[in-house]
Amino acid sequence: MSQMHLSADIGKVDIKSEPNRKGFGRGLKLAGDDDTNVVALCADLTESTQMSVFREAHPERFIEVGIAEQNLVTVASGMAAMGKIPFTASYSAFSPGRNWEQIRTTACLNDQPVKIVGAHAGVSVGPDGATHQMLEDIALMRVLPNMVVIAPGDSIEAEKATLAIAKNGKPSYIRLAREASPVFTTSETPFEIGKAYVLRQGSDISLFGTGVLTYQCLLVADILAEEGLDVEVVHVPTIKPLDEQTIVTSVKKTNLAVTVEEAQMAGGFGGAIAELLSEKCPTRLHRIGMQDRFGETGKPDELMKKFGFDANGIAKSVRAVINNHDSKSKEK
Amino acid sequence: MSTQLTLVQLERMAETIREDIIRMLERAGSGHSAGPMDLADIFTTLYFHTLRHDPKNPSWSDRDILLLSNGHCVPVHYAALARSGYFPQEEIMTLRQLGSRLQGHPERTKLPGLENTSGPLGSGLSQGAGMAYSLKYLDNQAHRWVYTVMGDGELNEGNIWEAAMFAGKYKLHNLIGIIDRNNIQIDGTTEDVMPLEDLKGKWEYFGWHVQEIDGNNIESIIDSLSMARAISNQPSVIIAHTVPGKGVSFMEYDYHWHGGAVGVGVPNHDQAKRALHDLRTLKGKIKGEHE
Repeated sequence: MSQMHLSADIGKVDIKSEPNRKGFGRGLKLAGDDDTNVVALCADLTESTQMSVFREAHPERFIEVGIAEQNLVTVASGMAAMGKIPFTASYSAFSPGRNWEQIRTTACLNDQPVKIVGAHAGVSVGPDGATHQMLEDIALMRVLPNMVVIAPGDSIEAEKATLAIAKNGKPSYIRLAREASPVFTTSETPFEIGKAYVLRQGSDISLFGTGVLTYQCLLVADILAEEGLDVEVVHVPTIKPLDEQTIVTSVKKTNLAVTVEEAQMAGGFGGAIAELLSEKCPTRLHRIGMQDRFGETGKPDELMKKFGFDANGIAKSVRAVINNHDSKSKEK
Repeated sequence: MSTQLTLVQLERMAETIREDIIRMLERAGSGHSAGPMDLADIFTTLYFHTLRHDPKNPSWSDRDILLLSNGHCVPVHYAALARSGYFPQEEIMTLRQLGSRLQGHPERTKLPGLENTSGPLGSGLSQGAGMAYSLKYLDNQAHRWVYTVMGDGELNEGNIWEAAMFAGKYKLHNLIGIIDRNNIQIDGTTEDVMPLEDLKGKWEYFGWHVQEIDGNNIESIIDSLSMARAISNQPSVIIAHTVPGKGVSFMEYDYHWHGGAVGVGVPNHDQAKRALHDLRTLKGKIKGEHE
């Protein structure tokens, strides 16, 4: 869709690629330029979370907390009580993995605008293995009242999301990946907290993507178009609050929904869409995500392939859904 | 600003707050008894002597901060806030009831005068450290003090020691911890459940200035808080040795009165009557004014 101002290089092998944490790093620095209340706290992972960009620009507002994730978010809660906008960064396996209760009590129930930045989420972390491949963060964060949950699609969107949560006055979680991923949006592409975006219109199936897997969904739409399937691709960077209207409008048109996420689908993004559709617009739904198991050691692309998160894997799952759907329709 | 009371008036206020706690708990029918009772002298000293605060303007931008980290002791906090004038006195009797601003564990967003939400243990000192860091390094307001009251059983939590390291590293002299060293927790005495000693040594090794005091002696509390504010290059902690259930003969020293069900942990009507009698007569040593 032209008004989405997407990259002209989508589908090309040489599309620019960059980890979305880089966008977070730039966004946080800019947020700090804009507002002196923005402070950054890190748990000994300043370079890899890209908080280092803020530290270079605003060293007086950077606080090293050490490897202590419980302290990380509760110190941030105290700073928020003093009018600060604290961003906390670690790997998502540790924050929010280890400090969920502190986030629940001192940020969400206490209603302080602590920002949780969870880097290195998903199996694409690669060789570090299952301990570091956070897959439960979406479920953990989206059940918390007051919490906003965002999984940016690429580095440009991560930058916009970072700037947006610096101003939203609420506890917020941003999910980031370690690996470089295609930059399919541009500076002109709209981003607003709570909005989902139809990136490609179609009539046969609604393919809902979140995080960096939305790009794979765009590739899937091309693959399946050659097979005569008209796929609508909806990018849902904000998992909470969900853009109910955009999602429901799409499935009313296609009558078939598939969700795609690099996370446990139980309680995750697919879970959120399932809850919404079963209440507001019961529709046949298939979820693609981690199926109640942990990841494992391997190269990122090997793992994405193994778990069916690459375009070919997703296309295969969608074909199976369509075939099953068609045979059931014929039975009727 | 708080009015300055004499020492005798402060001691009387502490007894009044203890009576309030007994009435609140009897009405609520659940909650915790021993800790709130033994903290009455500390909360009285803070609210009626030491804290810079304004009950008519709870969000006064130049106020000191008091955090209760062991949120289950909140009855003493509510009683002190009400007696200071933060909310109507009769509201204390709504503790733990549906629709009350006085939740079973304190929620900042519900009641003016509360600075944090607590209950799950171990987080208050970190929140205090975040506040003290902001005031000292970001806001140029190091004259505002941050006090965090903790339980001793609460020190089992790792989060406390993360905060202790952090405050020590950043030399948060404007952060003052107060430990209610009453030696009890739910399953028994602190030294049986998970030994804390050498407690003074532990805090000193984490870079804190440590004082040990009689936490039921208001003069000692005033002096120790004054001393803590004179320390300019490290955070301070006051290990306040208290008598759990202070002032009520059948509660004192008995860990079963930490909290729990009516009759064992929370006073029933007859126990409340006996408790109030104890408080008004110094456990039968003097004649009560209202007996």
